[in-house]
Amino acid sequence: MARHRGRGVATINYPIGMNLGGDPSQALVHSNPTGKFTVSLSSIDLGQGMKSVTRQICAETLGVPIEDVYVDTADSDTGPHCMGSFASRGTHRVGNAVMAAAREARGVMMEAAAEELEVDPGDLETDGRGSIHVKGAPHRAISVRDVAIAAQFRQGKTISGRGIFLVPLSEVDPETGEMSPATCYAHACQIVDVEVDDETGDVTVLKMTSAYELGRAINPKLVEQQLVGGSWMGMSHALYETPEPYYPDAREGPRDFNEYLMPGPGDICPHDIIVLERPAADGPFGAKGPGEMCANPSLPAIANAIFNAVGVRIDELPITPERVLRALRARGRSVAPSRAR
Amino acid sequence: MKTPIQLRLNGEDVATFADGGANLLDVLRYSVGDLTVKGGCWQGTCGTCTVLVDGAPRLACVTLAESCSGNSVETVAGLRRGADLHPLQTAFMEHFAAQCGYCTPGMLMAAKALLDRNPNPTREDVVDAICGNICRCTGYEPIIAAILDAARKDARRSA
Repeated sequence: MARHRGRGVATINYPIGMNLGGDPSQALVHSNPTGKFTVSLSSIDLGQGMKSVTRQICAETLGVPIEDVYVDTADSDTGPHCMGSFASRGTHRVGNAVMAAAREARGVMMEAAAEELEVDPGDLETDGRGSIHVKGAPHRAISVRDVAIAAQFRQGKTISGRGIFLVPLSEVDPETGEMSPATCYAHACQIVDVEVDDETGDVTVLKMTSAYELGRAINPKLVEQQLVGGSWMGMSHALYETPEPYYPDAREGPRDFNEYLMPGPGDICPHDIIVLERPAADGPFGAKGPGEMCANPSLPAIANAIFNAVGVRIDELPITPERVLRALRARGRSVAPSRAR
Repeated sequence: MKTPIQLRLNGEDVATFADGGANLLDVLRYSVGDLTVKGGCWQGTCGTCTVLVDGAPRLACVTLAESCSGNSVETVAGLRRGADLHPLQTAFMEHFAAQCGYCTPGMLMAAKALLDRNPNPTREDVVDAICGNICRCTGYEPIIAAILDAARKDARRSA
């Protein structure tokens, strides 16, 4: 009886968004007479950071400070239509819609500024700090606030923009079955080191080492947060979570946090992460999105690491101590001593 | 039958009446009006309702309010010092230790209980202090890092 170490590897190509009949998202951007902008969305921020990312995208596209943009989400009764926050689609689909809306709003803003300054809109540029000026002549300037006031009270214009991003339905070729489920893919490779106790069946994850390629990281700290939390979730899927932990009948399933198991703060491991940025041609500023992709490779990597440690291939999830012990017993003898620590 | 309850809440005396058998969570939220205390599971398993009673962490959802009468109670509402955030709150922001934020009030109070009695905790001490608090977004690592950082910065300040 001993503990055995093993290492498993898994890679993933993850489609950004889905395509079950076309995948659209809409966004609306408008300015208030104070020169602050509101982005209206129906997409929800569950904590993954979509409000922050769409705020950044809108501010950058408009050319105004990020403090001057407010993102209003999650009223599907009154907001512009969105398919939702799932399938790692938020940054890519919603971000593109916000970009389109902000571009249109910027056009109106520049026209209104041009009218006030009596110049051609093409001669103007934003400084990103709340001012618009003539290219090469920064003293010929007007604040975004004054432009908003002029548009509202003198010119009778709404500084606003509409945006939609649609990935159209991709029909399945009846001959070959070929289709394009996504316009871009994120990628990852994860290496997991585990220790398996052949007496108790316990699996301990010792270390994760990962590389993720997810287009431009619009907000690197939020990306890191997604990757750390997501890989924890992957470990949880692999080793802990199930609606029916010990019995085949759903009535014996978990009823609360005590019975629906997930790893606690003492069950986590060091995780080395490298983020690679290969901008997507059709992403907002090249972004794809980390999303679900960060949880997925942990499952096969952990299963492979267990195989590497004790030589049993477990193909049911979660890989509970009971399943490990049953697999070891079915194989009939303990592992080769050379692998034992 | 209503029972009078007096608490020293975040350094101020508050008095209210509660239904017999009412839990501390409901009394704090709905009688006293301190909405920084959150309810998660209402059965003592998730830790988000953690408050400090006489400095010790308690699950407010399974604590009889009457049993705390006359005691000192601390919640997130009392964490900041004047206009400044508590070092734990700052560290939670700097380390991105919240995503959906539901566990955050309980995590902050469990961490405060730890740092109040042990200003120089090890990683194991931190894990032990928050092992009754469930988080479903962060993977815990950013929370552990934030608590250790707050302790380090507090130690530097008082050194």
